[in-house]
Amino acid sequence: MSVQNRHIVIGGAAGQGLVTVGQMLSKGLVRAGYEVLVTQDYMSRVRGGHNTYNIRTGVTPLTGPAESIDILVALNQETVSLHKRALGSDGILILDEGFDAEGLAALHVPFASLAPKAVFQNIAALGVLCSVLGLSKDHAATLVHDSFGKKGQAVIAQNLQVLDEAYAWGEANAASFEKLPSAVSRAPRMFINGNESLALGALAAGVKFCSFYPMTPATSIAQNLITHGRKMGVYVEQVEDEIAALNMGLGASYAGAPTLIPTSGGGFALMTEAVSLAGVMEQPVVVVVAQRPGPATGLPTRTEQADFNLVLYAGHGEFPRAIFAPGTIEDCFFLTRKAFDISEKYQSPVFVLTDQELADRHMGVEPFDLDALPPVAGPDLSDTDAQAYKRYVLTKDGLSPRRIPGYGESIVLADCHEHTEDGHITEDIDMRIAMNDKRMLKEEGMRSEVVPPRFFGADRPDTLLLCWGSTEGAAREAANVLNGQGQRVGVLSFTQVWPLAPEQFLPLLETVPKVVCVEGNKTAQFARLLRQETGFRPHRNILRYDGRPFTASYIIGKLAD
Amino acid sequence: MLDISIYGDYHTSWCPGCGNHDVLKALKEALAGLDLAPHQVVHVSGIGQAAKAPHYITLNGFNGLHGRCLPPAQAVKLANPSLTVIAESGDGCNYGEGGNHFLAAIRRNVNITLLVHDNQIYGLTKGQASPTTSEGHVTKSQPDGVTNASFNPIAVAVAMRAGFVARAFSGNISHLATMMQEAIRYPGFAMVDILSPCISFNKVNTFGWYKQRCYELGPDHDPGNWDAAMAKANEFGEHIPVGIIWRNNERMALDERVAVCKQGPLGRQSVDMAVLAGIMQSYI
Repeated sequence: MSVQNRHIVIGGAAGQGLVTVGQMLSKGLVRAGYEVLVTQDYMSRVRGGHNTYNIRTGVTPLTGPAESIDILVALNQETVSLHKRALGSDGILILDEGFDAEGLAALHVPFASLAPKAVFQNIAALGVLCSVLGLSKDHAATLVHDSFGKKGQAVIAQNLQVLDEAYAWGEANAASFEKLPSAVSRAPRMFINGNESLALGALAAGVKFCSFYPMTPATSIAQNLITHGRKMGVYVEQVEDEIAALNMGLGASYAGAPTLIPTSGGGFALMTEAVSLAGVMEQPVVVVVAQRPGPATGLPTRTEQADFNLVLYAGHGEFPRAIFAPGTIEDCFFLTRKAFDISEKYQSPVFVLTDQELADRHMGVEPFDLDALPPVAGPDLSDTDAQAYKRYVLTKDGLSPRRIPGYGESIVLADCHEHTEDGHITEDIDMRIAMNDKRMLKEEGMRSEVVPPRFFGADRPDTLLLCWGSTEGAAREAANVLNGQGQRVGVLSFTQVWPLAPEQFLPLLETVPKVVCVEGNKTAQFARLLRQETGFRPHRNILRYDGRPFTASYIIGKLAD
Repeated sequence: MLDISIYGDYHTSWCPGCGNHDVLKALKEALAGLDLAPHQVVHVSGIGQAAKAPHYITLNGFNGLHGRCLPPAQAVKLANPSLTVIAESGDGCNYGEGGNHFLAAIRRNVNITLLVHDNQIYGLTKGQASPTTSEGHVTKSQPDGVTNASFNPIAVAVAMRAGFVARAFSGNISHLATMMQEAIRYPGFAMVDILSPCISFNKVNTFGWYKQRCYELGPDHDPGNWDAAMAKANEFGEHIPVGIIWRNNERMALDERVAVCKQGPLGRQSVDMAVLAGIMQSYI
C-alpha cells in the first residue's frame, strides 16, 4: 500500500447509501487537510445495480482517478466479487460479518450490532472507516452535526452514539492497519465537483438565465443554478425539449441576460439548429456539453470525449465559435467565466466541453479568489444616437456594438437570414460577402486570445503526452510516475480546443521525439484536428472508449505496449 | 394614440392581395392605439411568409427559426417583463414545426401575445398542406386530398385552459386590431388565430369563403364559460365564430409570479460577489 495516499472504493447497489458515506468521509478528509479526489461510477438506475464511490486521499497532490484499490468497502456481496482483483496485495476489504470475503484479508464488521437500525449503517461504516484511516473522531462528529443538524438533537445524539461505538470497534479491531500520515494544517477548502465549480464560475460571470432539459451528466449544473439562483438573481427554466432550451437561451441573451445552457451530447444534437442561429444572429450564449458515451443513448452515466467533433462542427453554415475544455475543477470555474467573456466580446456561441468524469469528480480546492477576477465583457449600454443604430454595422474587427432592446430607444433587429447592417433580410451579393466576412473576422479576434496549452513534467521530454479536458489529471500522474522511474515525460494539456493558435505549441511538438495523443474516444478526434490545422501528426494515440475514465496506470500500461 | 407612421412603411415580398398586408396594418393600428412606441415592443417570429413581419415594421425584432418563435419570445419577456412581446408567425410554423412549443407556451403562461396567420396552407414553400388544412383538401403535394385530420388550434388551446384565445379574420381589420389589443392587454399567454387567405396557393379557403362564414361573437357569448368556449372552439365550417372565444380569469402570468423577474430586467440586476463568496463558504 502506498504510504502517501490511499484509494478507497465504497461499492454497493444504488439506494444503499454509499454516496452518503463517501461524501461524509471525503468532506471530513478535506476538512482535516488531506488531499481528496473523488470519482463516481454509477448505472442508469435509481435502485439496485452496482455503483461505486471512489475516494483517493492522502498528503500528496492527486490529479486523476486510480484503478487499483487499497481499501474496498463492500456494502453487498457483489462488490467483493466485482472488485477483488483490483484490491492491492496489502489492501483491506471491509465488509459485514455476514458476507463472504472470498479468500481475501478482511475486516468483518458486525454492522447489525453496531447499528441498532438499518438507517444507522451508514454512520457505522463511517465510524469504522474514520478509525481505520486515523481521521479523528472530532472530524467525524462535525460531519454528523452537519448532516443531521436540521433533524434535532435526539437524531444527532443517536447518530453520534453509533459513530462512537463504530469508531471504538475500529480502533480495537483494526489497530494493525496503517493509518494515513498526518495532514498538514491549511486554510479551509471547498469540497466541490466539476459541475458545482462550473456553476460557480457562471455565477461569477454574472449568469442571469438558464434553460435546460434534464440530462445526465449535465443536470446538476442547472440544479446548482437553481439552488443558488434565488440569492444571485438567476432565472432557471426547465423546458419542453433541448430545441426550446437553446432557442429560449438566445431570446434571453437578446433581451440582455447572460445565459448558460447545460446539456449532454444527445441534447446538444437537438440544439445544433439554434447554434447556427446564434452564429448568424451574433448572439452570445454559453453552452456546456457534458460528454457521455454515444452514439445515441450509449452508456448514459459513464464518461467519454467523443462529442468533440459534434461541438466543433455543430450548426449549418460557417460562423465562429470557441470551445473550452476544462482539465481540472478549478478550470471549470475560471474557464466557464472566461467563456462568458469571450461569448459576449465576440457575440458568438461559446462552448464548455466537459465529461461525466469531470462533472462528478469531487475535490478539495482553495476557495476562488473573487477579488482577483478580470472583468467580463458586456453589451453596449450607451443608447447614443438611437436613430442611427444598426445592429450589424460593418466594422474593421467584425465587432458591431450589441444593444439591448428596451434598455433605451435604439431599435435592435436580430435576424436569422443573411441581413443588412440594420438586420433586414437581404439577397444582395456584396452584402452577403461583407456580412459573412465580418462574422468570420471575429474568429481572428478569438484566435488572438486563445488560452495556451499547459505544460507539465520533464524539461526537454523524450515523450510528450498530449491531452485535452479531463484527461489531464491521469496524464500528469502518469508522467510523474514515469519521471520518478528516470524517464523524461512531459504533458501538454489543451484547455481551449478551438480555435487553435499553432504558434503556442507547434515548436514544442516538432522537437519532441515521441508525441502521444491521449483522448477518450475511438477515432482520435483531437489528433485529427491537430493534423488538419497544423500538418503535425502525433506519433501514436492512446485512446479509451469503454466508458471509464483515464487513469495513470491505463496510460502507463498502453505506453509500455 | 401614437401616429401610425412611427412603425415605418416597408416594401414587402408578399403577394398583392395577400391577407398578411391587412394583418400588418391591424398590428400597427393596435400598437398605436395602445401607445406602444417601437422601442417598447419586441416582435418575435419564425419562418414563413407571415414570419417576415418583423422586417416590415419598425419594432425591436427577433426573427428566429422555423417553428421556434415561442421559446425566444417567452424568454425575452422573462428576461425583461417591461417589454411588450408579440410572437407572430404562420400555421405551419406554430402548429406544425412548433407544435410542442405551442403546447408548452400555453402551460407556461408567460405574458406574451401570439399572432398566427392561419391561411391553412404552406405559402412560402408554395402550397403544401399545413396542420390546419381541411381533410380532403387537394394540393400539389397531397393530390388525393389531405388524409390527416385538421388541427384545431382554438379547441386545443381552450381544452388546455390557455390564458386568452381569440379568432379573427384579416378581412375585418378593425375587429382584428381590437382582438390584438385585447390579447396584448391580457396579462398572460394570449393567442389570436387569424384567418388570413393565401391568394396564391389556397383556392378553397379564399377571402369570399371566409367572408361568407365568419360571424362576430356577440355579448351572448361568455368567454369565461369553458363549456361555451369549447362549443365555439369546435364550430368551424359553414359558420366560423370570430372574437374572444375563451378567457381564463384565474391564472397568473409566470413573469408575474417569479420574484427575480419582477426585480427589473435580468441583465440590469447586479452580480453580488459578496453573496457568491457566502455561497462558496457553504461548500467548506
